[in-house]
Amino acid sequence: MQRFSGLSLIRRGLNGQRGWQPQWRRAEPKPDYDAIIVGGGGHGLGAAFYLAKEHGITRVAVLEKGWIGGGNTGRNTTIIRSNYLFDESAALYDHSVQLWESLSQVLNYNVMFSQRGVMMLAHTVHDVQVSQRHVHANRANGVDNEWLTSEEARAHCPLLKVDDIRYPVLGAAFQRRGGTARHDAVAWAFARAADALGVDIIENCEVLGIRRDAGGAVSGVDTTRGTIRAPRIGVSAAGHSSVIMRMAGVDLPIESYPLQALVSEPVKPIFPCVVMSNTIHAYISQSDKGEMVIGAGTDAYTSYTQRGGLHISRHALEAICELFPMFRRLRMLRSWGGIVDVTPDRSPIIAKTPVPGLYVNCGWGTGGFKATPGAAHLLAWTIAHDAPHPINAPFTIERFRDGNLIDEAAAAAVAH
Amino acid sequence: MLLINCPYCGERPELEFVHGGQAHIARPGSPAECSDQQWADYLYRRDNIKGVHAERWRHTHGCGRFFNALRDTTSDQFLATYKIGEQPPVPAQAQPRKATA
Ligand SMILES: Cc1cc2nc3c(=O)[nH]c(=O)nc-3n(C[C@H](O)[C@H](O)[C@H](O)COP(=O)(O)OP(=O)(O)OC[C@H]3O[C@@H](n4cnc5c(N)ncnc54)[C@H](O)[C@@H]3O)c2cc1C
Ligand SMILES: [Zn+2]
Repeated sequence: MQRFSGLSLIRRGLNGQRGWQPQWRRAEPKPDYDAIIVGGGGHGLGAAFYLAKEHGITRVAVLEKGWIGGGNTGRNTTIIRSNYLFDESAALYDHSVQLWESLSQVLNYNVMFSQRGVMMLAHTVHDVQVSQRHVHANRANGVDNEWLTSEEARAHCPLLKVDDIRYPVLGAAFQRRGGTARHDAVAWAFARAADALGVDIIENCEVLGIRRDAGGAVSGVDTTRGTIRAPRIGVSAAGHSSVIMRMAGVDLPIESYPLQALVSEPVKPIFPCVVMSNTIHAYISQSDKGEMVIGAGTDAYTSYTQRGGLHISRHALEAICELFPMFRRLRMLRSWGGIVDVTPDRSPIIAKTPVPGLYVNCGWGTGGFKATPGAAHLLAWTIAHDAPHPINAPFTIERFRDGNLIDEAAAAAVAH
Repeated sequence: MLLINCPYCGERPELEFVHGGQAHIARPGSPAECSDQQWADYLYRRDNIKGVHAERWRHTHGCGRFFNALRDTTSDQFLATYKIGEQPPVPAQAQPRKATA
C-alpha cells in the first residue's frame, strides 16, 4: 500500500500528481474464501478490514452489486453522535465514536472526521424534559452531552432563530464529541486498508442466492459473477437486508423506506456545528466544500425506489427556513434518496442468525453512518468468534420474540 | 407525491392518506395460545417485498375508510386497490410465511 503523508502529498503535488497507484485492486472472484461479506458499504468494507486486521482472517471477499459506497454510505448526511438514551445503545454508538476518533490514523486516510458538535433542539416543554433526561442518562454512561439554554444555543450558532417562530427554541442538548465525516472517504479508506491486507473487493457482483450444505449451514453464494464458496457469510446490505436474508430463509423484523437528503450551492463557512430538530423534523450542517447539507424524513410507505416524495423534502426545507430565515435564498443543487432498513424499535441487529455460518448487520435505518467503524468492528468480531461481542450481544433478532426491545424509537422519536 | 385510487372516492393525492403497513396479516385468534415466536411474527415480522406488495391504506382525510392496494415497490406504481375483505385482483408477491396460528 502506498502510504499517504503530508510529505508525499507535497511531493506529488509539485510533480504534477504523477506516480499515484490505484488505491485497491480490481479483484476477480476466486472460487472460495474463508469469509464473504455481502454489501460494499462502509459497514461491509470495514468488517472485512477488521476481520483481516484484528482476527487474521485475510481470505475474505466483499461482494458489492454496484460500486462500493454507492448505497447509503454515499447518500447520507454524515452526522455522527452517540447521545442515545439506553445503556445498550450508548455503549454501541460510543464504541463507534471512539473508533472514529483514531480512524484517520489507523487507516492512513483522512476521513475528515470533524467533532464540531451536534446540537439537538427542544421546542416544547416535553422536548425539554426528554432532552434533559438524555443529557443525564448519557452522562451517567460516560457519554458527553450538555444542556444549553436557548441563549447559549444561539450564541454558539448565531444563525439560529430561537424566538418569534412557530416552535420557539427552548434549549438544546449539545454533544461536543459529535460531528461529521466525509462519507466517500470512509468507504475508500476501509477498501484500501482491507485490500492491502489481502481482502478482495469485488464490484458489479450481485448476490442472487445463498447456498446451504446438507446440515443447513451456509456454503457459499450464487452471484452474477458465478458461485463463490465460503463457510462464513456476513450480510451488511442496509435497505436490501430482507431480500438477501430471505435467500437463506431468515425473516427479519424490518421494513425498507426511502429517506431523502438535499444539498445547497456551496457558500462561505457560516455554520459551526450540526443542528437537528426532531420535533419539526429537519437537520442541517455545512460540508467542508461549503454546501448546506439538509436531511429530510422517510416516506410513509415502504419502497425500494431510492427517490422519495417531493412533499417530504419540502417539509424539511420549510422547517429549515423557519429556523434559519437567511437560508430561504439558498438554491438547492441536488436531492436524492436512499433505502433505509428500519426495525420496530429503531435499534440495529448485529448478530448470529438461526443459520449456521450466517451473520447479519442490519436495521441501522436512518442512522447507521455514525456507526460505521463500530458496526464493522463488531460484525467482524461476531464472525470471527461465532459469538457476539459483549457490546452487540443485546442486538439480536430474538429480542423481538423475547421482549427485550431497545426502544430508541419510543425514547427519542428521532431519525439519524 | 402518489395518486391513490380510493375504492370509495376515486383518485386523490397521497397527502389525504395514511399508510397502514402490510395487508392480510390476521391477528391470531387466541393470543394466549400463541408461542412467543408466533406472537413476535404477528407483531414484527414483515415481508418487506421488493416487487408487488399488498398493503393497507386509510383515506384519513376523505372517507376515513381502510382499503388494500397492490403496489410495486420498485416503481411505486399502483397495480390495483380493493376493499377490505376482498382478495387481491392479481397475486401479490407474498412470501411463503411459516404457519402462524
Ligand atoms: C438520505 C440519508 C441520510 C442519512 N443520514 C445519516 C446521518 O446523518 N447519520 C447517520 O448515522 N446515518 C445516516 N443515514 C443512514 C446511513 O446512511 C446508513 O445506516 C449506513 O450508511 C448504512 O451503511 P451500510 O454500509 O450498511 O449500507 P450501504 O452503504 O447501503 O451498503 C450496502 C451495500 O449492499 C449492496 N447490496 C445490496 N444488495 C446486494 C446484493 N444482492 N449483492 C451484493 N451487494 C448488495 C448495496 O449496493 C450497498 O452498496 C442516512 C441515510 C440516508 C439514505
Ligand atoms: Zn375514500
